[in-house]
Amino acid sequence: MSIDRRRFFALGGATLSTALLAACDARGPRAAEKLLRYAERKNESLERWLLRHTSMDHGASSRLAGAAFPSYFISPTVPIWDEAARGAWTLSITGLVRAPLRLTLAQLMRLPHVTQRVNHYCVEGWTAVSEWTGVRVRDLAALAGADPAAQYVDFQSFDEAYHESWDLESALHPQTLVAYGLDGQMLGPAHGAPARVHSPVKLGYKNTKYLTTLAFMPARNGGYWSDQGYEWYGGT
Amino acid sequence: MIVTRHHWVVRITHWVNALALTIMVASGLRIFNAYPAFARKGETFCCYPFEHVAIPSALTFGGWLAGARNWHFAMMWVLVLNGLVYLGFIYLHGEWRDLVPRRGMVRDVVQMLRFYLFLRRDHPVQGKHNALQRGTYFALPIVGAMAVVTGVAIWKPVQLAWLSGLLGGYVWARYWHFLAMLLLVVLSVVHVFMVFAVDPYSMRSMITGGYNEELSPEARNARPFYHLLPRFRGRATTPEQP
Repeated sequence: MSIDRRRFFALGGATLSTALLAACDARGPRAAEKLLRYAERKNESLERWLLRHTSMDHGASSRLAGAAFPSYFISPTVPIWDEAARGAWTLSITGLVRAPLRLTLAQLMRLPHVTQRVNHYCVEGWTAVSEWTGVRVRDLAALAGADPAAQYVDFQSFDEAYHESWDLESALHPQTLVAYGLDGQMLGPAHGAPARVHSPVKLGYKNTKYLTTLAFMPARNGGYWSDQGYEWYGGT
Repeated sequence: MIVTRHHWVVRITHWVNALALTIMVASGLRIFNAYPAFARKGETFCCYPFEHVAIPSALTFGGWLAGARNWHFAMMWVLVLNGLVYLGFIYLHGEWRDLVPRRGMVRDVVQMLRFYLFLRRDHPVQGKHNALQRGTYFALPIVGAMAVVTGVAIWKPVQLAWLSGLLGGYVWARYWHFLAMLLLVVLSVVHVFMVFAVDPYSMRSMITGGYNEELSPEARNARPFYHLLPRFRGRATTPEQP
């Protein structure tokens, strides 16, 4: 079958428009996946190079988010540590450490703590200013004697299998806390009680709530959202 | 007479830019839809009347938030590098002379508008571009740079806190990023509309480079949808043969 030039262009135009329409709200071509992964790896190198422990976030002079701070978890209901079934909650610091630790909440709260007024940067685009009280992850790492070969930390929770692993540099940032207080009160179940990770240097989904374990690791261990397509690095 | 109107570097960067910009805008709108508002939690925002109204998903790209972010953070490099190639080329090759504002620009813009509004009979004399085009093509890279700078401020609000601070903080940086996008879209939509409504013959010049100057809007005395066809060529400017 032969087609003349005009018909060729008309057909071509129609095909192109259909393809473009079909592309709307789509994930884009499969073949692009590799390129997108490549870009993500390159972006991560750049972001890690940019990271400074002296870059600090300040929660402006704005109002505290208070009750407007959203509450997210992956379990069907608010995860609450069941002491009757599981015993007292403890925080484990394990992996490549000289002295693995198991801290009760009371022991955790006796450690030197900081209170900081910072932003929470959600991947969705919203921010919320709050005052977080907790122990710096760098202090916990020092306490357990983390091995310098452990370049990654996995933050694990009792919210189903939620966890997110981090690069060590971000975990050791002075604003990265294991937080147990929010706006002057003990952390509530809606926001990750009894303790959670909180840091303005990572997007919200990297900040594991309902924390149980800090595992220092020689390799990264993915994470709940980063395994599903969100950037593993997720830095701010 | 057929002349080469656009250098191949300009033609290639034009179409790469068109594709990259489309993907950046559509994936950006998908990202925006995850929180189609600007206010911090627990606060209100002064200057956006459509808070929490989602953009129609037909205008978005990426499928979901993570997909759209992956596209956005990959395509930003294409947009930036392509833009730098274009700017570097027009700087070294001299095309910038056809784009920077020149003396009498305001007067020329007024005359073009008068012509389009039928307040003036003849097309103003122009060079490669009319005054409205000149202004638009000069503004586009500047607005594009604004989009890039505000975008970087949103990407790294803590590590580049000085940058987001300069823009008034994260909330405002997001707002400026949105406004820059809106301005780019408006200018691009008008640009595409004018290509089809005033100078469809310029399409060829952006593909093969060739342009028939006897069919230029100036030669046709063309307004949007007026004197589109070549049979009007020269009627306004060429005197009758004796």
